[in-house]
Amino acid sequence: MSATPGRASGWDRSADPEKEPALIPDPATTEVPAQLRETIEAAMTRYPERHSAAIPALHAAQQLHGWCSPEAIEQVACVMRVTPAYLDSVASFYDMLEQTPVGSHSVYVCTNISCSLRGADALLEAISAAAREDPAEFNVRAFECLGACDIAPMASVDGVYVGPLSLDDVPQLLDDTRAGRAVLPDKQLATRLVADPNANSQEFPPHGVEEGTR
Amino acid sequence: MSDIVLFKDIDEPGLSTLGVYEARGGYSALRKALAMTPAEMLGELEASGLRGRGGAGFQMGKKVSFLPQGSMEKYLVCNADESEPGTFKDRELMQKNPHMLIEGIVIASHAAGAERSFIYIRGEYALQADVLDAALAEAREAGYVGEQILGSEHSLSLVVHRGAGAYICGEETGLLDSLEGKRGNPRLKPPFPANQGLYQGPTLINNVETLSTVPAITLMGGESYAKLGVETSTGTKLVSVSGHVQRPGNYEVELGIPSRELIYDLAGGPPEGREIKCWFPGGSSAPVLTAADLDVPYDFDSLAKAGSMLGSGAIIVVDDSTPIVDLALKVAKFYRHESCGKCTPCREGTTWTVKMLERIDSGEATPMDLDIMASVQDHIIGNCLCVLGDAMAMPIGSMIAKFRPEFEAHIEAARMRSGMAGAPLSADEQALLGQEAR
Repeated sequence: MSATPGRASGWDRSADPEKEPALIPDPATTEVPAQLRETIEAAMTRYPERHSAAIPALHAAQQLHGWCSPEAIEQVACVMRVTPAYLDSVASFYDMLEQTPVGSHSVYVCTNISCSLRGADALLEAISAAAREDPAEFNVRAFECLGACDIAPMASVDGVYVGPLSLDDVPQLLDDTRAGRAVLPDKQLATRLVADPNANSQEFPPHGVEEGTR
Repeated sequence: MSDIVLFKDIDEPGLSTLGVYEARGGYSALRKALAMTPAEMLGELEASGLRGRGGAGFQMGKKVSFLPQGSMEKYLVCNADESEPGTFKDRELMQKNPHMLIEGIVIASHAAGAERSFIYIRGEYALQADVLDAALAEAREAGYVGEQILGSEHSLSLVVHRGAGAYICGEETGLLDSLEGKRGNPRLKPPFPANQGLYQGPTLINNVETLSTVPAITLMGGESYAKLGVETSTGTKLVSVSGHVQRPGNYEVELGIPSRELIYDLAGGPPEGREIKCWFPGGSSAPVLTAADLDVPYDFDSLAKAGSMLGSGAIIVVDDSTPIVDLALKVAKFYRHESCGKCTPCREGTTWTVKMLERIDSGEATPMDLDIMASVQDHIIGNCLCVLGDAMAMPIGSMIAKFRPEFEAHIEAARMRSGMAGAPLSADEQALLGQEAR
């Protein structure tokens, strides 16, 4: 399992020259789930220009459909009054927007410098191997620096940062996630105090894990 | 004078809520700022000497002053895309003290005359974005954000905008395109964002840490703040230390302290029995320094003089257990993945650098490849719309320049392994090879 080759990829994928370019979907014939429509419309009102809502809208559609499927794109395009091609161009640029069907729980394993210096490559391999039997459940991906080098090696499990992870943590990480429990409560970033010994004028207790459970 | 400005009681329970923040004197800086004219507030920012904490180190006050005067729609964008490898300081600030950032944004927007603002936060920071959303709702409710703030003439809207995973969106013009709902491709400069930025309007873009420092500057006064640190690098700085150190984490230090103090005294230095091979002083885009540079003062100008940069304030320490070729490949692969593909030198340069580095391990490389690789780096620098390509070229170029014998030994060892070796090795090469094999 490796990171996608790059942001500039996809130019060599073949297109169907026979196919007419898709137009802005017709609201009369495009069914959009009410809640998704509401979310997208609310997002559009937050910006002076409705196109700014593209990423929030795609996030919402992906949450509903599991990935940026043609159906998801069609629905966003219908509400935003843009072409599906416009949204495809946006979605294909960003790592968090999935271009193919994936497992329902995202496990991003940071494999950038600081994490790999502390064993991230072996960690990724172990998580990938353990999750391989359950492709519908897990979407394990190598990810670029997630901004948590203080807990290297680390992973983001459905958006919750956990680390430093050892290979022994892998079974519980997957079990907690599968069961819908707070993942590795003792290793959540949300509970950690700052490392700087000069930072606080007094000692404070570790933060609760509740805020890190989503 | 205490040198803790940003991390003062950062772990106090509930600091992220308005009640605790106000109890600690929160939003009193805003009251003070709104009693001043925008020009007076700008004067304080200029007097503080505060340099941008995102990477480029440009003086914040000067940046604000570049915005045109007049009543047109102006924007303030907080760059919270923090994705420079090794950097995690903004994450800590946003998660634990979101109101300090919001207060800084409102004060800075007052100085700049901006009435619309955005926090562009990387999509991976889900917890931090949730915390910011909750804090923003409280601030709006209390009248710190919105129409005619605290009865003044200043109004400001603020939106927390979540990205979706792309390093290039930390580059300010890539960020603007992304915020406009497009692919995050950087723009040609000029025009600079101060003149034509978001939605073509004048735009001030500042990093989270920069804006979070503004309330303290307002309360202390710009001149007192400028007494912290050293002359051309004023104030305190959050430094993220990671990699091969015993206590990785964020540390707040006065600029100008010896780098050794940060790496050894605060972060605990490399593990027992290991030596520092090299270190990135300012994220993975900074040229690497070696153990010989540990006494360089940690500030913008001293690090530049030493041939590197302070960048985002992220030290990554690499000890002698890591082959330099592996490190170079890791760095190059990251930039290849993140290149937006718009400029040829960056798109092709990052791709070919990865290919050439991979040839080393497969035994297909020769020492001449190092010269080709170095020349590829030289052809990237300065030839693209943004500095993403440079950000690979600088560290890779520095690794080849500083660790050439190790690269050559690695090349030779791999050639031997693959049966592609030619002439017998010199005594020097054999010595290096022995070192390599260990």
